[in-house]
Order: sequence, then C-alpha cells, then structure tokens
Amino acid sequence: MDARIFSKDTQALIYNFKANPVQRMLDFDYLCRRDKPSIAALVSPGSPGGHHKAFFGSEEILLPVYGSMERASRENPHADVMINFASFRSAYPSTKEALENVNIRTVVIIAEGVPENEIRELTSLSRKKGKLIIGPATVGGVQAGAFKIGNTAGTVDNIVACKLHRPGSVGFVSKSGGLSNEMYNILARTTDGLYEGIAVGGDAYPGSTLLGHLLRFEGIPEIKMNVVLGELGGRDEYDIVQAIREGKIKKPLVAWVTGTCASIFPSEVQFGHAGAKSGKEAESARAKNRALKEAGVVVPDSFEGFAKSIAGTYQGLVSKGVISPAEDVEPPEVPTDFKAAVKQGKVRRPSGFLSTICDDRGEEPTYAGIPMSEVIEKDYSIGDVISLLWFKRKLPKYATKFIEMCLVIAADHGPCVSGAHNTIVAARAGKDLVSCVASGMLTIGPRFGGAIDGAAHYFRDACDRGLAADEFVEEMKKKGVRIPGIGHRIKSAKNPDRRVELLKDYAKKNFPSTRYLDYALEVEKYTLQKANNLILNVDGCIGVLFVDLMASSEAFSDEEMKSIIDIGYLNGMFVLARSIGLIGHALDQKRLKQPLYRHPWDDVKYAK
Amino acid sequence: MARKKIREYDAKMLVARELGLDLRSIQITAETDFQSLAEEHPWLANTRVVVKPDMLFGKRGKNNLVLLNTTLADAEKFVKERLGNEAEISGVKGPLTHFIMEPFVPHEDEYYLSILSTREGNSVSFSTSGGMDVESDWGKMKTATVPVDALPDEAGLMELVSELPEDKKKNASGFIKECCQAFKNLDFTLLEMNPFTFDAEGNPFPLDMRVELDDTASFKNMKKWNGVEFPQPFGRKLYPEEKYVKGLDEKTGASLKLTVLNPRGRIWTMVAGGGASVIYTDTVADLGFGEELGNYGEYSGNPNEEETYLYAKTILDLATREPDGRPRALLIGGGVANFTDVAKTFKGIIRALKECREKLKEARVRIYVRRGGPNYQTGLELMKGLGSELGVPIEVYGPESSMTRIVPMAIDHVKGE
Repeated sequence: MDARIFSKDTQALIYNFKANPVQRMLDFDYLCRRDKPSIAALVSPGSPGGHHKAFFGSEEILLPVYGSMERASRENPHADVMINFASFRSAYPSTKEALENVNIRTVVIIAEGVPENEIRELTSLSRKKGKLIIGPATVGGVQAGAFKIGNTAGTVDNIVACKLHRPGSVGFVSKSGGLSNEMYNILARTTDGLYEGIAVGGDAYPGSTLLGHLLRFEGIPEIKMNVVLGELGGRDEYDIVQAIREGKIKKPLVAWVTGTCASIFPSEVQFGHAGAKSGKEAESARAKNRALKEAGVVVPDSFEGFAKSIAGTYQGLVSKGVISPAEDVEPPEVPTDFKAAVKQGKVRRPSGFLSTICDDRGEEPTYAGIPMSEVIEKDYSIGDVISLLWFKRKLPKYATKFIEMCLVIAADHGPCVSGAHNTIVAARAGKDLVSCVASGMLTIGPRFGGAIDGAAHYFRDACDRGLAADEFVEEMKKKGVRIPGIGHRIKSAKNPDRRVELLKDYAKKNFPSTRYLDYALEVEKYTLQKANNLILNVDGCIGVLFVDLMASSEAFSDEEMKSIIDIGYLNGMFVLARSIGLIGHALDQKRLKQPLYRHPWDDVKYAK
Repeated sequence: MARKKIREYDAKMLVARELGLDLRSIQITAETDFQSLAEEHPWLANTRVVVKPDMLFGKRGKNNLVLLNTTLADAEKFVKERLGNEAEISGVKGPLTHFIMEPFVPHEDEYYLSILSTREGNSVSFSTSGGMDVESDWGKMKTATVPVDALPDEAGLMELVSELPEDKKKNASGFIKECCQAFKNLDFTLLEMNPFTFDAEGNPFPLDMRVELDDTASFKNMKKWNGVEFPQPFGRKLYPEEKYVKGLDEKTGASLKLTVLNPRGRIWTMVAGGGASVIYTDTVADLGFGEELGNYGEYSGNPNEEETYLYAKTILDLATREPDGRPRALLIGGGVANFTDVAKTFKGIIRALKECREKLKEARVRIYVRRGGPNYQTGLELMKGLGSELGVPIEVYGPESSMTRIVPMAIDHVKGE
C-alpha cells in the first residue's frame, strides 16, 4: 500500500449515494480549485442508472449513475476510491466487491453497526489485496486541498475556517468521526493546518487502525508532525507505542486518549462507540495515556490542554525550521445553496404555484382547512368532500345530497352512448384501464355530456334579464344557437326521462327556491309546441338546479356563481359521475375478455 | 451495541442447538414453580443436579454459590434461600434473580476451551487443566489464531490438544472444531468453557460456559438467537429514566444514551456525539468534580425534534429534582458537527427547556451551551434568545471557543453558593 492514498486528481465512486454528501464533496473540490470533480460516478444499486445533477461552483454538472459497482468501475477505471454509503446490513457484499475490483485501492465504509465477523473478513481480504479500508462507523477523512470523503468537515464555511482548502503540515488520526471536525478546528487555530486527517471509526476492529495511518504518514514528506485522538478500549494505542520503540514512527506525535472518566462509573460502561468499552485496566484511557507519554509522545493532562500541547509542538518545529508555515490561500467563493440561504433568511423567491383547496404538509392532510380525522369521524359524504374541495366551503346537507344525486344519476347511461362506446372499443383493443377511461372521457364535450354548463349559463342569463320564455327561445334561434339542455334523441313529452322527474321532485321538496327550474320549465312548454322531443333533458335539469342551489343557498356571491359556471364546475360533475360508469365498462370488457372490435364494412358507406 | 454478555443458560441453549448436544439446562427465576418443573422434566426425579446463579458474574465457586451433585429438593431449598437476596461479588452488590440448574455429570477431567474474536482472527485456547485453577496452570494452555474466514486445520488442532492422551485427542479436537464453527455461525465474540468434560458416553459436556454476542449481527440472527436476552451487568440496576431512554433509543435509527451517575449530582450533561460526550465527562472528572456529575449521555445520528425533546426532558427532569438552594449547571455541549443541522436539533431541546422553565429556576440551574457545525449560528441565536425569554441564565459559545471551555465555567458556578 502506498503512503499517499489521495491527490488532487483522485476520483471516487460513491456507492448508494446521497445527494448531500455528493454536493459537499463537490463544494470542497471547488474551494480547492480542483480541475475535475472528485467524484467520477455514482452507484445506485439495482437502479437502471442515469444521471445525477449537482453543482460544481455555480455551474450544474451531470454525474453518471450506474446500477452496479462493476459497471461504474468499468466505465471509470481511473476512480480508485469507493465510498460506501450502504447500510450496516448490506455494507459487506458491496465492500467485498469493491476490494475485489482491480481499479479500487481504498474503500470507505460509512455505516455504523457492521457485524464484527464481516468487517474482520473484509479487513483480512484488504490485506491480501494490499488495499485500504477506512471505517466502518466513520465520517471518513480529508486530505486538505485535495480530496474529501463524503460529509467530512461539514459546511463550506467550516472548511474555509479550518483551512482545509489548502494543505498544512499536520497528520491527524482519530477513532471518532464526530470529533475529527472539532480537531480540524483546533489544528487550524494552533498550527498551519491539516495535511491529511482520517477517522478510522469507533468499532472495536476497524478496517484500518490509528497505527496504520501513522505509518503511512511517515512516508508523506509534507506531514511534519502527527496528532492522534484515541479512546479507551482496545489496544491500538499500544501498537503505536510499540512502533515508536521500534523506530518505525519518527515524526513528532501529540496524543490524547479519551475516556479518563471511566473510573467514576458504577460498573463497566459501553460508551457511544462500539470499541469504547471500559473493563480491563490496560485498556483504560489513563493507562494508555501513560504508556504513550512514557514512549515520548506529547500527552496533555486533559483534553482541555490538548490544543496547547499541539501548539507547543508545532511552534517548536517552526523555530527549528522543520516547518515553514503554509501560506494562507484565498478560496474562491462558493455560491450559497438556495435552501440554505432561505433558511438563513437571506433570499426570497416568488413561488411558482398557488394552491388553496388543501394542505398535506402538517400532521394530517386537510380539505379546505378541515382535518382528515374530522372528515372521517364526522362521516363526511362524497358530496361534502366535493363541497370542500371544489367550492371550498361546507354546503348544507340538502345541497351535498343533491350533488350526490347528480353523481348517481349521471354515473352511467348504458354501453351505447359515445363515451362508453369508445371506452369499450379501447378496452377490446387491449389498452390499460387508464387509457380506456381516458378514451371515453375525451369524448365528453358540447354534444355528449357537456351541456350542463351551457344550460346553466343561458337559462340563468335569460331569467335574470327577465326575458319571457318565448323571447328567449326566439333570441337563441336568431343567434343560431341550440339551447343547451333542451332536447333528447329518445325521450319525449309522452315518454319523460325518469331521471329528470326525480331531480325535479327533490328540488321542489328541499330547495328554498326553484326559480330557475321554473323558468326552464316555462321554456320547455314553449319548445314542446315545436317538437315533441324538445324536453328539458337531464343535463339541462342539473344545470338549472345548480343555479337554483347556488342562488337559494345564499352561500355564493353573484361573482362566484358566474365564475363557477364559466370555468366548468358543472361539467366537472358530469366528468366525475361518468368516470364511475366508464371504469365499469372498461373492467367489464376486460373481465369478459372481449376480442378486438372491428366495425363491419357494410356499415360504412364508402363514397368518392 | 457491539459485544454483549448473555446468560449461561442462553449460551448453553444456543450452543446445544447448533451442535446438537443434549444439555438439559433449566432456567430458574422467581416465577419458577418447582412442582411443575418436575412434571415437565421427568429426568429430574432420578438425576442429581447442579445449581448456581446465572447473572453474568464469575467466581461462583469461590463465592460458595454453586451447589453440586444434589437432589431437586435440595436445589430448590438452595435457590429459595438465595433468590431475591443481595450478594456481593468482587465489590459489586445486587440481588440474585436468575439461576441455572442442570444434570450433574460425574467427571474426572476438566478441560479449558476459549475462543476469542481478535483483530487478526479467532484466538483459540485449550488446556487440559481447566476449572477453578486454570490460571495457576497457565503453562498448559495452548493457543492458536485461526483466520476469520477459516476453521482450524488438522495440524493446528493436533497442536492444541497435544497434551491430551492419544485416545482422547480425536474427540477433543473434533469438538473444538465444531465450537469454532458455531462461534462463527452464531456471531459470538467470546466463547469460554471452563471447564468442559466428556460424559460417560464420550459426549462433550460444558460444565460452565460464558458467551458474548456481537449484537450488531442481530439482523442476521433473528431466528438463530431466538429472542436471547441481553441483561445488564450484575448489580447494575437501571433507573426508570435510563430505561425510558433505552426504549427511545431502540425505537429510532438515531442514538440516545443515558447513564445516571449520581442522581444528586449538580453538573448535568446533554452532549451531541459519542466522542464529544466522553470528552465532556472526562473533563469534569479530570477537573476533580466527577462525583458531582449527574449523568453520562449522548445523542447523535440525527434524532428528530420529538426524540430530542423527549430525551432533553428526561435529563432536565433529573437535573432539577429536589432543589436544595445550591447552584447547578447543565452543559449542552458538542463538537463542530460534520453534517447535523445544529438549529434543528436545538429545537427539541428548546421546547423541553421552555416547559421546564420554573423547575430550572427553582433548582438554580445555569446553562452552558457550546456547539458548532451546519447552521450553528441560527442554533446559537435561538439559545441566546431563550435565556432572556425564560429568565434562566444561558451562556452560549460557538466553534471559536474550545469545546470544553464551558466545563470549568460550570464548575465555578456550582462551587459558588
């Protein structure tokens, strides 16, 4: 294994990637003025692949996404680091695959809670292959000015404040990933900053050890001194002591082992990290600090003195001329993320959409401000829900009952009407349910089912203007407009439409007033003189009764009524109602396995 | 997390099932009815038994807590005299609640076997001189390290059992190999049989067994482990608050930990991060105020607002109990976070602080905050504003101050009257 694992050209594959760490890596790259992003490709296991959009500075770039590690590596053979965001359940197979891949030299395992047997097997495999594992249970690490793993060192501000965008002279290794950032902060205040920092992770047997990285740092000439933050439990720190004794570690070392508090606990204690367990005296923080000190390592008396010890050692090396402090470098400005800026109250943006009928953001969805639990507990009917979502108000019970009657009555009108016919033909052509229903739906228009709005509009207008029924009919005739809602192909005065009778009866009994219906019936009297089938049909009846409902309920202003009619609310009623029937027809045809329909030749007059 | 000790009874059941051994161990607790035991296990009528506590502590023989070669009736008497009573083992006191009873196997030979998970592999040790005196006969111990992904080979096994007489080697080495397989299959981190023997029919019989499991592997072993219990160390009684937080922790993907050190302590901590929490605790102890420390605890792994609120409330409740007119301190600490949104995690804590406003005043609690990381400016501003709103003194520091700077401040505060 080489001493250097990262450089300004290192590129990584990110397995099971998350958008945030990807962006944080790219922001770091930009701050370091890297030529290329540090990510070659992303792996989203099992996905069909594609591209992921992210920012490199203010420019958006596309990162390729692959469904497998194998493919990602084949297409990006220069990427030699794999950062594994797989969960503790699946970290093993993906890490194994990466270790066995010829292109990959370093694997970082982020997950916490990878079983000990699995990580020990992986470690043994990595040794055989001469590769390096960082983690598990870590945030990763960073080589200042060159390459940053995932979420290490957090935000752009922090990276700059900790001078991580350019290399300093200090090597750092810790168990804890959480504290590594705190340490970068300390190093920036006490030295010329970090060169490379690695958090090996809090497990008992991490894939690489404190010592492993210290030995690596010996081979990196830019690193002039090392800092180690160990913790109680395990014997890793003794391995460092041994290596110092054997002369394998020569660079000055400042260290602190945390967990000196263990003695105040009533019984043995498992701290936050899996490896941090009290018990044996030799594995205690005190014993390990003592051993390090005896081996010549600079060890403070408490964590509070750590910064001072680091500063002292650093200053000593500066005055000896071993370190010539790294120059400060002005990093380029990274644009603030829009979300972050909004959070900080720095920017505002007009919204692109507006919605007023419902809200799904809170603990439970609301319909026009009414929480779902009330809708269910108080037995709101479909009519009530339509009144909330369409009219944005609670309408009286007689009104919502009427809405439901309209839905029931208009739900279906047999297989022969044009909409149902189209649905049936589509179903027999083997189309899916949505296509079949849409095929029928798209038939709804001025001639089929679409007369309700028109009827409401013309009858209301004429009635309000005080036109006599005959005057209205003649005026329409003059304009060349058929009166919507008048006339039926089959029904007539002698063979009345039962549906119309039912609606009229209900309205007469329940509506405070049926002024518009009465007017429409006057009109019907007049048209029937012209032809027997010019009756008020079901569309017309629903149309005028809706006008009556709105006007007599006093729940709507004049403006609102006009708008409701103009923008097609009432046709909405037909669309909703008939979708029930059309779905039925589509399912019926599929259930009956009806074959493709072909219209007979003899029913078509082929003309020149 | 990580290595957990399990009871001898569970350990024997796991090994017996995996190796197909007939171990016939019986667990005895306060609920055990000896009458129905005899009915359920007819062999008890004509077999002599061994009975001893099963509470994760060793040295039971040396503490006169093992009754050997006895009848069921005497075993019952032995257990009933001790069940629920306090025992003191190596300076730790606690009530005896669990016993294990099993057939007494007459034997002459006592062997020692242990398998221990180490970085390099599984360290297998065997000695022909097992039992209470294994340590005094350390010279007979043979140890070999087996690679993690392998079983011991024939040569290695023969070396381990080289001290045994020729006719016993095959049986013993076969058993050791099977134990290594079980160790791996069941995700053990420690298996110790001190001692084990072979019964009259030549079947291996562990007289005493210790097992530690790697509980991070529980997702792979739901069936094999069969609901095995992970008891607290002997003598460690959980406070209700500790139990409550344990419950919270088990329900979330985040980490919420609480250990009560001194319920009457005057310095309490609510620290983000497994690493930082240890350092805060260290620093209080290093500065000589360990005995005033109320708790150890940490929250990490991005708990949501509700979880943070419930966690904070539990600690505040402990910290403000029985006001005595003397000042107390609460450390809301943490390092410079890598990716945790500081303002977001503070929201739950702030909600809890607001609710406990009166109690905080009564207990004269002064709050010290130190934190850095994403969105920390907003988080710290929220905390600063809260101080004046609640009328509770809150001192707030960011990454420009050292992480533990607030510890000496808190100590100075509790030293005052």
